[in-house]
Amino acid sequence: MLGRTAQNLFWLSRYVERAENMARLLEVGYRMSLTSRREGGASEHLVSMMRAAEVDEAFEATGRQADLDTVAHYMMFDPENPSSVYSCLLAARTNARSVRTAITIDMWESLNAGWLEFAQIKPRDVRGAKLLGLLSWVKQLSHEFRGALLGTILRDDGFAFSQAGNFVERADNTARILDVKYYVLLPRAKMVGGDLDIQQWTLILRAASAHRSYRHVYHDRYKAHNIADFLMLRPEMPRSLIFCARYIEETLDSLADIYGKREGCQEAAAKLRAMVEGTNMETIFAHGLHEFLTEFIARNNAVSESLSASYNFY
Amino acid sequence: MGDTTPFDEMHNADGSVREPYRALAQWLDEQPDKALTLMQSDAEAIFRKLGITFAVYGSEEGTEKVIPFDVIPRIISAMEWRKLSKGIEQRVRALNAFLYDIYHRQEILKAGRIPEKLILQNSAFCPEMMGLEPARGVYAHIIGTDIVRVGPDEFYVLEDNLRTPSGVSYMLEDREAMMQLAPDLFSRIKVAPVDNYPENLRRTLESVAPANVSGAPTIAVLTPGIYNSAYFEHSFLADQMGAQLCEGPDLFVDGGKVYMRTTTGPERVDVIYRRIDDDYIDPLTFRPDSMLGVPGLFDAYRAGNVTLVNAPGTGIADDKAVYTYVPEIIEFYLGEKALLNNVPTYNCVDEEERNWVLANIGDLVVKEVHGSGGYGMMVGPTSTKAQHAEFKRKIEARPDNYIVQPTLALSTCPTYVNAGIAPRHVDLRPYVLMGEEVRITPGGLTRVALKKGSLVVNSSQGGGTKDTWVLED
Repeated sequence: MLGRTAQNLFWLSRYVERAENMARLLEVGYRMSLTSRREGGASEHLVSMMRAAEVDEAFEATGRQADLDTVAHYMMFDPENPSSVYSCLLAARTNARSVRTAITIDMWESLNAGWLEFAQIKPRDVRGAKLLGLLSWVKQLSHEFRGALLGTILRDDGFAFSQAGNFVERADNTARILDVKYYVLLPRAKMVGGDLDIQQWTLILRAASAHRSYRHVYHDRYKAHNIADFLMLRPEMPRSLIFCARYIEETLDSLADIYGKREGCQEAAAKLRAMVEGTNMETIFAHGLHEFLTEFIARNNAVSESLSASYNFY
Repeated sequence: MGDTTPFDEMHNADGSVREPYRALAQWLDEQPDKALTLMQSDAEAIFRKLGITFAVYGSEEGTEKVIPFDVIPRIISAMEWRKLSKGIEQRVRALNAFLYDIYHRQEILKAGRIPEKLILQNSAFCPEMMGLEPARGVYAHIIGTDIVRVGPDEFYVLEDNLRTPSGVSYMLEDREAMMQLAPDLFSRIKVAPVDNYPENLRRTLESVAPANVSGAPTIAVLTPGIYNSAYFEHSFLADQMGAQLCEGPDLFVDGGKVYMRTTTGPERVDVIYRRIDDDYIDPLTFRPDSMLGVPGLFDAYRAGNVTLVNAPGTGIADDKAVYTYVPEIIEFYLGEKALLNNVPTYNCVDEEERNWVLANIGDLVVKEVHGSGGYGMMVGPTSTKAQHAEFKRKIEARPDNYIVQPTLALSTCPTYVNAGIAPRHVDLRPYVLMGEEVRITPGGLTRVALKKGSLVVNSSQGGGTKDTWVLED
């Protein structure tokens, strides 16, 4: 496989995953801003969601006021925002076009049809309920693409590169959501959270599509400790750090098997997983949640960089 | 030829249906109202979903468009096809022999059959190719011969495309779409298949691998990348024949051999079906500013370590100025009379002919010698007085830069348009492969000028395509 093909497959899946995460973050920001009763609260929620998406500074640089319309436009349609849903889908499709021969017709058709539909939408028509509808459509598109991929792609090196892209992006996203809100997850003297805490916790869970599954795992009301545990250390949660880290390591190990040789990226993946393996929230809190998440994000980036060095992306 | 009513491929002059179209005409009659409208919109959806697009340079609506597809197939009888394919094969063999000669002993020039100046000072002549021995002596492996029809028995070759002819993916996808849209038609009419083209392409490419390759040769399709107008086709063909689709930066030359950069390191490449123009394939030999090519590729080719398909320098055989000599070329190398006619062409360098051309410009077609894709040409009868004057000035300024031909009354085929079914002008590009043998896919790509009365069929100028059926006996 060409190094460039591997690179395109990696980024194709990464961008589709990112589009989905952007839609989810925007949905959360939207809901929170609607229910915020405090003066300026809506804007704060939106900005913190943009921080999780790492686009808050770029948005500020545009000089626009953060309100529902401006933020929705920026995260959804703005070509200047490299992480907007528009930019992600365009980048995904561009990567897909470059590797038409390495992806299946089903993968191409789901992405291409989705892109063509998205490109038809006029941003100014998307307000209120229409926005929510469009956000759930973006998630559907991502699910459909992933379904097409899982159902049709050969389980060879190409599959491994696409999975690595998908899960490196997801791990990054979950870690960022947690990091933006880490202070509401810290243990406090008072065990029961107030309304504001509950609101923040819901936001975090929703941003990871975890507000329903939380109940299935904990059979309990929202608690900061559980929420952090769920999104970081529960292996059954498919967006948790441990799930992603294990899957990334497994995927890269499979590449080493296919190619009969271990490279730097397998070591980097092992280092990532080691962070979340055999530990618990008490230990993590004791060493500092924010520090932990910062380190996790850095190690996750290292996996991505070392993958591109190991397999001749350029 | 010229001012008569164009030949209608479906109907005789008395309005009755010509034999090859009989079953189709009946089928069309049976279709309920709106059936064709529905087919037409289904077709559009099929093509868009598959991502079969082409880019129109200079178009503001973004870079990708779906080429219009007409749902009414064009039909060629088995007998007509036998005649055509014989003529095409003859032409392709002669032109390859001509290329071998031009890049070796140049007998045809010594014999004075073609003016030396016309070849040696032609920008399409590639001196770097002199003395080079391509595998099997073949230069043009993939050819698209443009043919027009003006009567029941009258075909003309408009152009021999020997560089990197495009459009074959449309031929294949048009058939695919047609089989989805009207499966019942195929059960009534026996149509020669086209879908073995990718396999034949692969065989052709394998057959011209360098002699020192052991085992199955590694084949790559070299594309300028996703922004090229024919990118869809490049990826389609690579996919269909199981070849690696590469861009320039994916390849490199080391020790006179060509390699691809793979996830596990370099891998040797033996045959390159390049869809990049000669000038751009190797910045060390040709244009130094080329970002598309592979430095050192030409040296690897010269050393016999890789085969380039088509060979560089084939343009000298499909140059519009050399075109007039093709009947001569066929006689010289094969000792045969040309089976297919050339369109009579006026030589503007000759004063007498030029004066006649300038006086009659409104009836003529003017083409730039190195133009293509419908750019840089003028069709007299459908152009304005101002355009006539403009081209007169151009011809006077540079008579050698233009060829002039009579306006042919291109045949028409029934075509589905807004007003229903109406005749539209068509041409035909059959695709030819030449490796260890000559293989011609039955039919080819029919291009149709969708605008009423228009004679320009290029997709960049509002043309569409039709599925082309060669009937089986």
